[in-house]
Amino acid sequence: MKRVYVNEQWCLGCHLCEYNCAFANSGKKDMVSALAGKPIYPRVHVEGHDNISYAVSCRHCKDPLCVKSCIAGALYRGEDGVIRIHRERCVSCYTCVLVCPYGALLPGEDGAMQKCELCLSNSSGEPACVKGCPNRAIVYEERGDSL
Amino acid sequence: MKRYVIIGNGVAAAGCIEGIRSTDRDGEITVISAEKHEVYCRPLISYYLEGKTDLTRMNYRAEDFYSKNAVRVIYGESATAIDPDNSTVTVSDGSVLPYDAVCVAAGSSPFVPPMEGLDTVEKKYSFLTLDDALALEQAITPESRVLIVGAGLIGLKCAEGIQERVASITVCDLANRVLSSILDDECAALMQKKLEEHGIQFLLGDSVAKFEPDGSGSYVAHMKSGADAPFDVLVLAVGVRANTGLVKAIGGNVNRGIVVDNRLATSIPGIYAAGDCAEGYDVTIGANRVLAIFPNAYMQGHAAGVNMAGGDELFDCGMPMNSIGFFGLHAMTAGAYEGECYEETTPESIKRLYVKDDLLKGFLLIGCHERAGIYTSLIRNRTPLSEIDFELMKQGATTAAFSSENRRKKFGGVV
Repeated sequence: MKRVYVNEQWCLGCHLCEYNCAFANSGKKDMVSALAGKPIYPRVHVEGHDNISYAVSCRHCKDPLCVKSCIAGALYRGEDGVIRIHRERCVSCYTCVLVCPYGALLPGEDGAMQKCELCLSNSSGEPACVKGCPNRAIVYEERGDSL
Repeated sequence: MKRYVIIGNGVAAAGCIEGIRSTDRDGEITVISAEKHEVYCRPLISYYLEGKTDLTRMNYRAEDFYSKNAVRVIYGESATAIDPDNSTVTVSDGSVLPYDAVCVAAGSSPFVPPMEGLDTVEKKYSFLTLDDALALEQAITPESRVLIVGAGLIGLKCAEGIQERVASITVCDLANRVLSSILDDECAALMQKKLEEHGIQFLLGDSVAKFEPDGSGSYVAHMKSGADAPFDVLVLAVGVRANTGLVKAIGGNVNRGIVVDNRLATSIPGIYAAGDCAEGYDVTIGANRVLAIFPNAYMQGHAAGVNMAGGDELFDCGMPMNSIGFFGLHAMTAGAYEGECYEETTPESIKRLYVKDDLLKGFLLIGCHERAGIYTSLIRNRTPLSEIDFELMKQGATTAAFSSENRRKKFGGVV
């Protein structure tokens, strides 16, 4: 399956991916009304230290600990290999935070957990973080595995 | 065609079904479910009482889970015996089920110590099953004074769940702190303060000497300390015991739980065990113990299912871990609290990381749980701390503390 991959040597640390992510998942038509003047809740986060930065989002693990650990049966792996969440089932217990080795799950504005679902079902249609990255530090591609 | 029998219908059983079906599409699966419910999210019973979920959303899997996986479920019955010589399971309705592999996923039962006058209390409940929660819901009114015996995870989640629906809640425990199995004194004090802010009262380091009707339809618990706790509804959340009887009865290796190896096999060929009734390997103490937590139940069940179906799945990274919050204050704990302790505290938060032999062995985090799973992965993977920037990792869990080579694998490859 196609996944999001990062190359930290190319990341400028500009955080545009976070804004593009929040916008793509906002359901709004223009970026200003979606994001201006309020805290954003993106599903990708730029991390780093010293001179290094890189964007972290769900790895869509082949053996997803978050799915196996979710006490609400909210997280699931679709037949396409994408890890998604039924947010209405989430009770914000944070067990997924306790088990995700990448720190890829965070609560949304309403407190329920949210995660990268590759923008497959929002208006972007493909990862907005990738589309908007000015230096191709984030890519969306197949890297030679089945699922 | 192989015949599988699963004793129990909780999350370990669901994991077992999915494990079997990942390996064998055709075998015949029969589940024996004492509870008359489809598999549901057991830890959500307190959230149900709190109004944060409902009976539909609490179902662990979609409506067609059993039919899609071609599973026959026998509801309202339990297994009464396993006959390993003839490879059969006897059910309480008298039927006898032949098996090629059986998984004991029978869970645990509430442990109620003998307490004087307990039989005089009419409204008393355990808090382990959905039916327990529904019965408790029927019993409480806005005027109820509730006494909960046990300040562990079950007792306190129950308290949080009903806090807005009753007049008062008192929690007593023999231990001198709340959540004594997972928190140390200082962490427990922080959590207790939060619970007290929400009106929950505590009688700690104390236990009930005698229950007595007060003559007007209510009761008094006379405590050993001399204190009296009046109440209308009693919740017993002292602890649980693994349901090991079926395997013990046929000479299988049983300690506190049914002893299993890393493939979830018991000492008797063809018989596997998973979940709260099993005693599997704990990577943080290097020995077996019962790890009665949801993630282990699923993963053990899954591995058991794969192995029952002739596949090969190891579950060798079990460890105690809990993510539990009360009224917005969140605690995360994992592993063993042994070795050198690095700590950082503020009035609202506590972080303790335990290091031994160049490994992270365990942690306690209250009010500072961001990306805690990165810490958990260090324990699970037994990552030598000398290979990472542990000084940076101490400040906050971050993948930036790994080498760039390690990060390239994590974020540039398939994991």
